[in-house]
Amino acid sequence: MLKQYETVFIATPVLSEQQMKEAVAKYIQLIKDNGGEVVYEEDWGLRQLAYPIQHKTSGFYYLIEFRANPEFVDVLETQYHRDERIIRFLTVALDKDAVAYAEHRRENRKKKAEAPVEAAPVKAKAKLQDDDVDDEEEEANEDNA
Amino acid sequence: MAQNDAKGGKIRYLNPPAVEVRKKKYCRFKKAGIKYVDYKDPEFLKKFLNEQGKILPRRITGTSLKFQRKVARAIKRARSLALLPYVTDLLK
Repeated sequence: MLKQYETVFIATPVLSEQQMKEAVAKYIQLIKDNGGEVVYEEDWGLRQLAYPIQHKTSGFYYLIEFRANPEFVDVLETQYHRDERIIRFLTVALDKDAVAYAEHRRENRKKKAEAPVEAAPVKAKAKLQDDDVDDEEEEANEDNA
Repeated sequence: MAQNDAKGGKIRYLNPPAVEVRKKKYCRFKKAGIKYVDYKDPEFLKKFLNEQGKILPRRITGTSLKFQRKVARAIKRARSLALLPYVTDLLK
């Protein structure tokens, strides 16, 4: 049975864009090779860390949502541990509420990408509004890149 | 005045006894129908932290137990991803 997971990793800021792409491609390939499927991926770009990790104050964040066998998580995390480019990672299993939330979030971001100006004021839930603020900043970064 | 009333057998207070009318606390998650607390959203989670980055107790935020646990878990995940600090001064 495939289970849905979500993994975020932080790569060192010294990587070039090309190297970052290679790192991402490696993990995507790893998921696919182990009978998983990638549901969604998201580049958060270079972000300031809240506290220094390995004497670094910023890092490239990358989010991958995927479906895989539970055994695969260990494989993935071993790879993370061995990879010197990765300074921090987190893998989380998504329950049904989390999956619903992730889908919602994805749609919101998609809408945002299509119509960045008028989407903000309509949202009812406080939670979602906060998300939107975040998203705007991130998307601004993506546009620049 | 007060003495006169006391003679008349009634107890009167000089100042009306302080009855605080507190606003009823409520769980914002239950009210808004939020089911999942996202660790990827540090700006939202900051509402549940004090200035030092400590998690605020339920008695202050009014969050229900169920969601307090979820909030705590989300905050801890966010901390490990360096989205939120473990310790700090003057957060916000």
